[in-house]
Amino acid sequence: MSQTKQVKQLDRVIIRFAGDSGDGMQLTGDRFTQESAVFGNDLVTLPNFPAEIRAPQGTLPGVSSFQVHFADHDILTAGDRPDVLVAMNPAALKANVGDLPKGAAIIVDTHDFTKRNLDKAGYATNPLDFLGDANDPLGEFQVHAVDLTGMTVEAVKEFGLSRKDAARAKNMFALGLLSWMYGRPTEPTTKFLEGKFKKSPDILGANLAAFTAGWNFGETTETFVVRYEIKPAVLPSGTYRNITGNLALSYGLIAAGVRSGLPVFLGSYPITPATDILHELAKHKSFGVTTLQAEDEIAGVGAAIGASFAGSLGVTTTSGPGIALKSEAIGLAVMTELPLLVVDVQRGGPSTGLPTKTEQADLMQAMYGRNGEAPVPIVAPQSPGDCFAAAVEAARIAITYRTPVLLLSDGYLANGSEPWMIPSVDDLPVIEPNFATGPNHVSAKSADGEPDEFWPYLRDPETLARPWAIPGTAGLEHRIGGLEKGEGHGNISYDPANHDLMVRTRQAKINAIAKSLPPLEVDDPSGEAKVLVIGWGSTYGPIGAACRRVRRAGYHVAQTHLRHLNPFPQDLGAILKGYDKVLVPEMNLGQLSKLLRAEYLVDAIGYNHVYGLPLKAAELAEAIGQLVGQAEGIDVDLGEHGLNPPADHEEAPLA
Amino acid sequence: MSIDIGTPSLRSGTELVPTFDGPQTGKEYTSDQEVRWCPGCGDYAVLKAVQSFLPDLGLRRENIVFVSGIGCSSRFPYYLDTYGMHSIHGRAPSIATGIATAREDLNVWVVTGDGDALSIGGNHLIHALRRNVNMTILLFNNRIYGLTKGQYSPTSEVGKVTKTSPLGSLDHPFNPVSLALGAEATFVARTIDSDRKHLTGVLAAAAAHRGTSFVEIYQNCPIFNDGAFDAIKDNETKDHAIIPLVHGEPITFGAKDATTGMGDKALVRTGGGVEVIDTASARVEQILAHDAHDPDPSTAFAISRLTAADYLNRSPIGIFRQVERPTYDDLARAQVNDAKASVDGTDTDRLTKLLNAGDTWNIG
Repeated sequence: MSQTKQVKQLDRVIIRFAGDSGDGMQLTGDRFTQESAVFGNDLVTLPNFPAEIRAPQGTLPGVSSFQVHFADHDILTAGDRPDVLVAMNPAALKANVGDLPKGAAIIVDTHDFTKRNLDKAGYATNPLDFLGDANDPLGEFQVHAVDLTGMTVEAVKEFGLSRKDAARAKNMFALGLLSWMYGRPTEPTTKFLEGKFKKSPDILGANLAAFTAGWNFGETTETFVVRYEIKPAVLPSGTYRNITGNLALSYGLIAAGVRSGLPVFLGSYPITPATDILHELAKHKSFGVTTLQAEDEIAGVGAAIGASFAGSLGVTTTSGPGIALKSEAIGLAVMTELPLLVVDVQRGGPSTGLPTKTEQADLMQAMYGRNGEAPVPIVAPQSPGDCFAAAVEAARIAITYRTPVLLLSDGYLANGSEPWMIPSVDDLPVIEPNFATGPNHVSAKSADGEPDEFWPYLRDPETLARPWAIPGTAGLEHRIGGLEKGEGHGNISYDPANHDLMVRTRQAKINAIAKSLPPLEVDDPSGEAKVLVIGWGSTYGPIGAACRRVRRAGYHVAQTHLRHLNPFPQDLGAILKGYDKVLVPEMNLGQLSKLLRAEYLVDAIGYNHVYGLPLKAAELAEAIGQLVGQAEGIDVDLGEHGLNPPADHEEAPLA
Repeated sequence: MSIDIGTPSLRSGTELVPTFDGPQTGKEYTSDQEVRWCPGCGDYAVLKAVQSFLPDLGLRRENIVFVSGIGCSSRFPYYLDTYGMHSIHGRAPSIATGIATAREDLNVWVVTGDGDALSIGGNHLIHALRRNVNMTILLFNNRIYGLTKGQYSPTSEVGKVTKTSPLGSLDHPFNPVSLALGAEATFVARTIDSDRKHLTGVLAAAAAHRGTSFVEIYQNCPIFNDGAFDAIKDNETKDHAIIPLVHGEPITFGAKDATTGMGDKALVRTGGGVEVIDTASARVEQILAHDAHDPDPSTAFAISRLTAADYLNRSPIGIFRQVERPTYDDLARAQVNDAKASVDGTDTDRLTKLLNAGDTWNIG
């Protein structure tokens, strides 16, 4: 039995589960992730699924996958190339085999390798027919061809399910097998299944049986001779949980409500990949959260603006196409200077684009996508867990400065997950709404020189924020709207000089936010770097991993990452000027680099990919390496830390 | 799966709004802003009527909010000394939905026009009506685009010659009352800018109704569509053009019989519709008695179809429908309040618990 199995120590592994959209690969990956998280590994995940709910079965476009990278140290990405591929059908094999490095393991369910399915996947012959032959198309890999479905059906037959239903448990068989192979704890999955199938004992029994059978298969069969051990990671001390970006962002919005004492009002229209936030907040009415599923994107933001006017924290959540529809209303919030959170979970564009894939090409839309001079602060989270803090920060800016704020998440952050150190609620910033309570202006009629009227556009000299006077406050009745306001009194004004002043004042108010931002952190361990890599949003992981590779290979590189895209931190210009070369990796065609060039006249060099997937660390490391070579006048060879085998892996940080 | 969402007890439209005990005047509701509509615009009459009506509500002025979209009529909020927002084209119902849902203590009004509400904002209008959010929508219908200087609107008659339709408009017009009834609005009325008494009566009923009150106000644009409502305003013709709707009363119009008080024309129900016949030829029990509280909107809809689509020489005026249905905002607040009442502890403690829920582990 298990004594005959060898145990091998590894520091990290990348596994990709791939199958048909209906095969439950997202669930399988999610369970494996949960097990690894509870075990104490650091991890990063990358779900990747088609836009169709049920794409044509067995086809390449119908393949759904979930990649999880787990390690005994702090890691930053889901990994470029999987060490292990679990392929549930021919299409899953075909769609993913190209991403595997030489020597990778493939566990393949032979059951679906029928003529019909091979045809659908575009295989002229069955690749599994040539295993071990001289012309084996999979000869570079260690292939374990196993009839997972057949064994699953056998394992669950006592539950009397139809063959189709029985076969559906094959994902749990695969999960059981992988859980054995990597020594994952099984209790979390057992508990999860018990909860999920509480009401259908047969389905529960079948899933548990399949899960156990998968584990036992690993334990007893001679197909698998090695088990792997990946020790828990050493991370900063605290309580952790695994969390996706959309969940963290939802919790961040609730936290913003708790810390500001304002009721949260979410007006939203369902759109991938942002809908989870609406789903989640709809569950938390006990925190005073109201969710309105609006008739369209415009009504979603309209209701949020109305709620803000009435004294709530108005929030609207969407993706790029929704921002396009909301633009005019965001302009209204700029003009009326009301707090508003606009969450854009970016996806591939333009138009409907790639609904389920990631991209960060809405930066210019967030920055400039409105008529007139309509500056809006932009905040971007850098990892799934960071979506929490970014949401609180966006709310701080919106409430303090009376302005709409764009929070730019993306599809990768939204669905990806990582262990998150749970913050203490008491340590979160307190956000003070400071509602106006009385007159703020002395009119000519004032008998005692005390303020006797309310001017809705009389500003706080420090923040330039206008007062937020909510209906129900006697004596502060006022009218706001989209027409230009007269400075101070806020009445309609078409006066040329006033318009010029107001345009400049609204800009100055947004610029003034920079004064409240902490200094930018620059990671430059040697202090000798001539190249700075700067990014924003979800590229934090790949950029960090790429920089580690470059440093492992013995070269110097500095990294910094922007949470605030508008306004930029005050020290950004000086930091940029401190380096010979500045590289800006982005999942767009160079939007941040354009802004940096325009603002600081710096030769920001773009590194741009729009695959609908996160940047690949090894490729980026090579690009950084080249730039380091140019900057320092040296030949740079990253060797195994770049694209060269064997170590196509994410590096640990240098101690 | 459906859950019984409960039916909170129905109340008047202003029941949760704080009241003002002392006397109020129309002047207090008049802001210091100069009114800038064209001379002779029907909007003046509506503004005056609203300014003198608001004190009758007996509410605290600071708890009243007027929201508008874009168009001539949407300047309305600037002229009232209440809280107000002049928003963007067509979106006022969505903004008002946010305000009314966020706050039960506000009396919310939407002022809009035929272009604002029925063209660019058509979607928000029908969804506000179906949700039945507690607010009153005043739709000023002048059957023309005024602010952009005279293009045909979604209520203009087919063949209307305007700058954008020099050969005559091809668009079939909406009948706003039919549209509102089709969206299952719970309060639907029509009134006329120049009939202060009728207008005020309808406003009072609309404000008292809990839910979305939809009021179409025929309003003359003297610059771009003058005379669009002459048939129902001219003393010579109006008795024959206006079909007055009064709940519980037989529906008759035309020359009045001095003894019965009935007009010489009467409505009778025929199959799926209603028909106009000579009162003299009808049996009394045959004449349709107006039932605004009928839960089935079919008869009200049939009555609304009597409105002539081109020159308005015949149109029912009054409250077509007034039925009770729980409002979206009451139900939404009830869900939040019930959820809050079902939990213990401070928000901070519960948030801490939420963040720490599920599979967690400790390091260090």
